[in-house]
Amino acid sequence: MNRSFHKSQTLRFYDCSAVEVKSKFGAEFRRFSLDRQKPGKFEDFYKLVVHTHHISNTEVTIGYADVHGDLLPINNDDNFCKAVSSANPLLRVFIQKREAEHGSFVAGSLSRRRKALALREDGPRRRPHLHISMPHDFRPVSSIIDVDILPETHRRVRLYRHGCQKPLGFYIRDGMSVRVAPQGLEKVPGIFISRMVPGGLAESTGLLAVDDEVLEVNGIEVAGKTLDQVTDMMIANSHNLIVTVKPANQRNNVVRGSRASGSSGRSSDSTASRHSLPVAHVLQNLHPDEMESDEEADVVLEGVLEPRLVPRPPPGSLARVNGASLAPGLHSPGREGSGSVHRLLSSLRSDPRHSLALPPGGVEEHGPAVTL
Amino acid sequence: MMKFRFRRQGADPQREKLKQELFAFNKTVEHGFPNQPSALAFDPELRIMAIGTRSGAVKIYGAPGVEFTGLHRDTTTVTQMHFLPGQGRLLTLLDDSSLHLWEILHHDGCAHLEEALSFQPPSRPGFDGASGPPSLTRVTVVLLVAAGDMAALGTEGGSVFFLDVPTLTLLEGQTLGPDEVLRSVPDDYRCGKALGPVEALEGHLRDPTKILIGYSRGLLVIWNQAAQCADHIFLGNQQLESLCWERSGSTLVSSHSDGSYAIWSADTGSSPTTQPMVATTPYGPFPCKAINKILWRNCESGGHFIIFSGGMPRASYGDRHCVSVLQAETLVTLDFTSRIIDFFTVHSTRPEDEFDQPQALAVLLEEELVVLDLQTPGWPAVPAPYLAPLHSSAITCSAHVANVPAKLWARIVSAGEQQSPQPASTALSWPITGGRNLAQEPSQRGLLLTGHEDGTVRFWDASGVALRPLYKLSTAGLFQTDCEHADSLAQAAEDDWPPFRKVGCFDPYSDDPRLGVQKVVLCKYTAQMVVAGTAGQVLVLELSDVPSEQAVSVSSVDLLQDREGFTWKGHERLSPRTGPLPWPTGFQPRVLVQCLPPAAVTAVTLHAEWSLVAFGTSHGFGLFDYQRKCPVLARCTLHPNDSLAMEGPLSRVKSLKKSLRQSFRRIRKSRVSGKKRAANANSKEANAQLAEQACPHDVEMTPVQRRIEPRSADDSLSGVVRCLYFADTFLRDAAHHGPTMWAGTNSGSVFAYALEVPTAVAGGEKRPERAVEAVLGKEVQLMHRAPVVAIAVLDGRGRPLPEPYEASRDLAQAPDMQGGHAVLIASEEQFKVFTLPKVSAKTKFKLTAHEGCRVRKVALATFASVACEDYAETCLACLTNLGDVHVFSVPGLRPQVHYSCIRKEDISGIASCVFTRHGQGFYLISPSEFERFSLSARNITEPLCSLDISWPGDAARARYPTAT
Repeated sequence: MNRSFHKSQTLRFYDCSAVEVKSKFGAEFRRFSLDRQKPGKFEDFYKLVVHTHHISNTEVTIGYADVHGDLLPINNDDNFCKAVSSANPLLRVFIQKREAEHGSFVAGSLSRRRKALALREDGPRRRPHLHISMPHDFRPVSSIIDVDILPETHRRVRLYRHGCQKPLGFYIRDGMSVRVAPQGLEKVPGIFISRMVPGGLAESTGLLAVDDEVLEVNGIEVAGKTLDQVTDMMIANSHNLIVTVKPANQRNNVVRGSRASGSSGRSSDSTASRHSLPVAHVLQNLHPDEMESDEEADVVLEGVLEPRLVPRPPPGSLARVNGASLAPGLHSPGREGSGSVHRLLSSLRSDPRHSLALPPGGVEEHGPAVTL
Repeated sequence: MMKFRFRRQGADPQREKLKQELFAFNKTVEHGFPNQPSALAFDPELRIMAIGTRSGAVKIYGAPGVEFTGLHRDTTTVTQMHFLPGQGRLLTLLDDSSLHLWEILHHDGCAHLEEALSFQPPSRPGFDGASGPPSLTRVTVVLLVAAGDMAALGTEGGSVFFLDVPTLTLLEGQTLGPDEVLRSVPDDYRCGKALGPVEALEGHLRDPTKILIGYSRGLLVIWNQAAQCADHIFLGNQQLESLCWERSGSTLVSSHSDGSYAIWSADTGSSPTTQPMVATTPYGPFPCKAINKILWRNCESGGHFIIFSGGMPRASYGDRHCVSVLQAETLVTLDFTSRIIDFFTVHSTRPEDEFDQPQALAVLLEEELVVLDLQTPGWPAVPAPYLAPLHSSAITCSAHVANVPAKLWARIVSAGEQQSPQPASTALSWPITGGRNLAQEPSQRGLLLTGHEDGTVRFWDASGVALRPLYKLSTAGLFQTDCEHADSLAQAAEDDWPPFRKVGCFDPYSDDPRLGVQKVVLCKYTAQMVVAGTAGQVLVLELSDVPSEQAVSVSSVDLLQDREGFTWKGHERLSPRTGPLPWPTGFQPRVLVQCLPPAAVTAVTLHAEWSLVAFGTSHGFGLFDYQRKCPVLARCTLHPNDSLAMEGPLSRVKSLKKSLRQSFRRIRKSRVSGKKRAANANSKEANAQLAEQACPHDVEMTPVQRRIEPRSADDSLSGVVRCLYFADTFLRDAAHHGPTMWAGTNSGSVFAYALEVPTAVAGGEKRPERAVEAVLGKEVQLMHRAPVVAIAVLDGRGRPLPEPYEASRDLAQAPDMQGGHAVLIASEEQFKVFTLPKVSAKTKFKLTAHEGCRVRKVALATFASVACEDYAETCLACLTNLGDVHVFSVPGLRPQVHYSCIRKEDISGIASCVFTRHGQGFYLISPSEFERFSLSARNITEPLCSLDISWPGDAARARYPTAT
């Protein structure tokens, strides 16, 4: 639980442009630094690492410990950037020989090595050094669902925002949509995606684009609703947003019955579709079991996000007022099914760290709230 | 999987029928003073008065409870109104020169105002004047002649047209052009100049063939309609403003733009009169403003009244709004606080009477109506039973108290009477007495409390159609404010001439904005009250039937609770006066609690049985025991990241970024929703049309965008306390219930405290002198983080707990303490019912996710059935940001009905809405008017009245057969 405090402390060091790197290969350590703003390319980093450790003629994989203590791979520019930018303040890099990589990158922590990580060389673009892990190592952040029941021109996208620190990152606007009516074409007012925030969740999925028309929000048609209403509906559903859009670019539509091509996941069940999707964009690794939540996508947080939930008074302020405390049996931090509340019963405790700690499994929260 | 969410409740026909018996939406009556009045009329026969507004509304008032409202199709200013005497018909002239005839008709014994006919003058091209045929371009003045059968219309071009009123058709051929009049005028007066627009038309009381026409240039003509010739001509040379014809017809009074008036004799032969008998500038000799309207009324006792508006010395008092009343040697300059629209006298209009004998003078001002008794020496003001200027100081909050006990009612009424001593019994009562109120006596007494910007709380009788002022409580006297002596100084500075007299109560200027009242709570059983204000002041008051002199206990509560790095950059707290202070009869302050920092109080609640008051600001909340006068609890709700609220020195850089973001958000919001009401409907339509025609390339214009981002924990103002609630319920365990306090914040947090309140000894009113203790029992963070707008505990039967004292005094059914209690938490986005003491969700309704609207106001109300005398249901009524009213069942939270109530652009209307306990509601439709609406099918307060109307000629009557 207390590791969250590391994070809050390290936020202070964000201003420093240099990132200290501690690289470990076998029993050897090397220390060097990187520019936080401009970390450069992965290939250069790879060469640098190989050079500093004097590794020759051996393929190695590079991993790093993230803020949660998970060992994550560095194998392309994106996760390299991520690793550097999230260093806290030290970036701990682990180097392994390619042959000895069994059970290296796993969900959980560095100590819990329980699953093998499959690094495949056959990425879609066949770019060198692009490695993709198996889906169960990652948390899906978006999926296309209900492909079988929607018209081919429409796309229903589910955004899983929980646990992801990115903003949803898109804007909507009013506009005119052309529909085919018995009298011919007619123009009706519609709601469109107007802008994507670079680096936002919506953009990173690639499933939504500017000028896509929003048809439904979590199953409710937006026709006849004002921009403000649709905005409120989306925000109210933001923990598990399902938008049905008519993409402006209709060329990338899912073609029915072509599962062999691997481009579509036919499913009647979004959970299933999520696994079969080629478009599972990955931000963090998380065990898939934790995704089995209800449609509200309530997620049990295990202390990951406490620093953002700390409207606690200094300890003892209460005790000073009333001098009494409740019977311990009074609190029953049981978990409830629909899980819309989290109960923090610990404010009476004297240690402020404890007052921040969410009882495991007893707290349900839809996610952090970070904007920009 | 998403299908399950939209499962429709089967349309159960029984339930549908029951819903019809329980719920019905009606906008019933408008209370207060019409916004932006523009015209006034009085029918001396029926004794009813009409007020027209700039939005095209027509309101007719008679005796208290007799009210009619009509709205022109166009929202155009009503410029003139004229009653057809005794007929219950009203001719209105709008700013677009169209004329409308309104009729009061009886349906089923009740009278209604309806528009019968309208007349749009034919707009002909060309000039209105001598060159071409005169056209009816712009009507400047209307006069009803021949008992209202015919109307004379004076125009800008100087012509007088005649109109048949029953059919509203122009009588062609009778038009009197300026040329015809000029023929009778001597050449040297003519000298090539036009007569100008017709400024005034006056009829002769006894001789309907004669019309007095006044032209802008100053020429007055008595025109004989029968003989089609000028009977008499007065060659005035001053620019004319208004005319009055004395009842005998022998004297005329004209008022002029230079602030003078002239009296002309009409008995001096047939040759044109060149000089008036008297010409005087009452406020001369320095340049004066125009006298806009003048009235001449004679009295049996001799000494006529001359009443005129304006005419003040331009340099020294040009900005005053004055009506001067002159009788013999007595001159009173009535000094009003807002612009004068029009005025009339209530006097005898029977032709056979020799004297006018004015009884009363009614002056319609922009913001209020003032009636003066002209028969009582000193001309005192007559208190108005309706048309109260609600906004005499801007309304900052309102609350409704239903079922006020008779005893408290009588005490409040008596306190109010002592506050404004009633004039002597000989004095005139309200002179506008037309019609009969047919509505039943209200079954219960309802009190509407309005808090104002100047620190006053006004008590209104909201039981019936007429909203009557009962009592005014001022909290300003407790505090030292800067501008205290301003009034007395201003009084002293004024010399005795002109003899100003302050009249009316509209006073929009607040001494100190910190005095503003934010929240009001009244306990109707103990007559205790809490008034909370802008500078964090929380006043506990008690009703006293005798004046007293006592000191008020002052305490302060630090809501920051040693939070580091905080600097309050807002206003100072108010400094209370120390020592014993004299308090008049009425609500007298007992305890003052001041929050630190002195931010505006955002929530307050009172439990008189426990002698506890809870209050919250944007920083936290506190609990105060006002019996022992000591704080029980203070809790900071500030989020550490909330730099906007924190304003700490460490977060200055971030706070700049935040404040920039905030101000951009504000701009964006105001760009969309801040538009003004009247213009909006039109512009919206136009916009829609434009959008309809929009070509694809038009899309390139930067559209309005909305960012889709969930609320974050560190959004600013997340610590604002939105609601506070006391309940006797199960918080600790399922076996023991006890006092609890609940607080909800802007970020969706709910704090529940278990209170240890020493219980009163049997029979004793007061609880023993032991400290109250508060222990945090539960803390709930709503997942969606929306602001918590209301909290209520439901008993074992699913009914809301009664108010304090209600059950113990057998005034309400005791709550079921056996079954499991539940707490209803209403946020801006969802309603949820949680079980107690173990907080787990039982039922919920996600309003925003379904409808895209957000909850603004919410209240639990009892809806009685129209079909069955003693069947009633408690439901949750809610007003959304779209102005819709939804009703949900409790505790099932099933949507029952919804109606659109307020336009969604009307933000202040939505913000001002207050629900009553019995399914009614009030909201401000203008700063000065409450609209009353009803959601209940049974509990409806609407005007039911009748009027004794006599129409001349049976033909007209046959057109509208009356029901009776």
